[in-house]
Amino acid sequence: MESKIILEKKQLEITIDRLCFELIERLGNFTDTALIGMQPRGIYLSRRIKNRLEEILGKQPFYYGELDIAFYRDDFRRGNEQILPSELKIDFNIQDKKIVLIDDVLYTGRSIRSALDALTDFGRPNKVELLVLVDRKYSRDLPIQADYVGISVDTRSNDKVKVEWKENSKKDSVQIVTNQ
Amino acid sequence: MKKFSQKHLLGIKDISADDIQLVFETADNFKSIINRPIKKVPSLRDITIANVFFENSTRTRISFELAQKRLSADIVNFSASSSSVSKGETLIDTVNNILAMKVDMVVMRHPAPGACQFLAKHVNAQIINAGDGTHEHPTQALLDAYSIREKLGSVKGKKVVIVGDITHSRVALSNIICLQKLGAEVMVCGPTTLIPKHIGSLGVKVEHNLQKALEWCDVANMLRIQLERQDIKYFPTLREYSMLYGLDKERLDSLKKEIVIMHPGPINRGVEITSDVADSKHAIILDQVENGVATRMAIMFLLAGRA
Repeated sequence: MESKIILEKKQLEITIDRLCFELIERLGNFTDTALIGMQPRGIYLSRRIKNRLEEILGKQPFYYGELDIAFYRDDFRRGNEQILPSELKIDFNIQDKKIVLIDDVLYTGRSIRSALDALTDFGRPNKVELLVLVDRKYSRDLPIQADYVGISVDTRSNDKVKVEWKENSKKDSVQIVTNQ
Repeated sequence: MKKFSQKHLLGIKDISADDIQLVFETADNFKSIINRPIKKVPSLRDITIANVFFENSTRTRISFELAQKRLSADIVNFSASSSSVSKGETLIDTVNNILAMKVDMVVMRHPAPGACQFLAKHVNAQIINAGDGTHEHPTQALLDAYSIREKLGSVKGKKVVIVGDITHSRVALSNIICLQKLGAEVMVCGPTTLIPKHIGSLGVKVEHNLQKALEWCDVANMLRIQLERQDIKYFPTLREYSMLYGLDKERLDSLKKEIVIMHPGPINRGVEITSDVADSKHAIILDQVENGVATRMAIMFLLAGRA
């Protein structure tokens, strides 16, 4: 097993800064916009982005939520692991809002498909965009692409992209773990 | 990785405290789902569940049915009165015939204690016990404990008294085991004839004076007198029972503290509990019913997810 760091602390900060400015550039004053982090691992990124945007813009001008997709996954009863839900926090009406879904890694696109289904059960958003920290290129099972990308990487299917956050594992880093 | 330890839910006796916590955490999610405009998730859309009821039930059956529908499962309902059981078919044959139609999970209520264990050994489906005679009623115990957790923050260290017909109550047995696994202290209270002689071996306190029991407890779970299970008379009159063991406003007001009042339903108003108490802010009887749907969703989701 070999691992290669592709983003470390400082680079990660710069990337998150850039993603925030891209959001500001495209969404302007965030009217009727909601940022929604995806449980379980996307929330660390979405919380960082939320906090950074608040630093840049002052008061939080957007809605913020966290979405759990456990009940919408397409591999329920098809794997060996028991799928367990995480906390869901959406205390606003998503009807007619612009939604930016936030996750750490975009790989097969199946989680995002589940998230789109889950969102529909809360209402009909005006628009849904996708922000990811790492885009694993050429590995999609479904026709899903991100609108905001932190870093794009070429990986093989038996590689793993490991995203660690200070909040859950004491350091910030993104690495590719290669199985020989 | 956390995982529900059992393939079936036959009794609280078989599951661990970790399993119970897992049910609670999962039920929290379902509780928020059943309170939003679209109350449904697609998780169990490829699962068929048979509700097989050999005994009458309104609440439990509706609760299971709603829980199944909100998980998008396909369901078939079966009750003994309208079935071939009355034509002499055995339990295994009845259930195997249902399973031959490709059913994945069976929710069963049966008057014989142990009927679910028996079934789990002999048929190829996941079994959920919805009450087997005077033995266990695990989903009721889970929703009761969940309701206590919701109202008081946790179950650990709380003092719970179960009042009434302990001998004939599957709710009492499952509740005692469940609450003890979660670290609560349990007392049973009722006339000597309705308390099993060796109940102390379960590690519960026994009290025959309701006033003393209420002064001791944080939560009082008032059970119904199950006249349908009593083949002999265990006390002279219902009137006398309600004078000694019925919970009324006066008794509640005489306590120096607030206690939580629970009842698994159906209520016999004026017998074990008076209307003003049942409808007071101390009573969480209707919360129990709502939580019943959420906990049953959690149980079926967890069981289906480990298959």
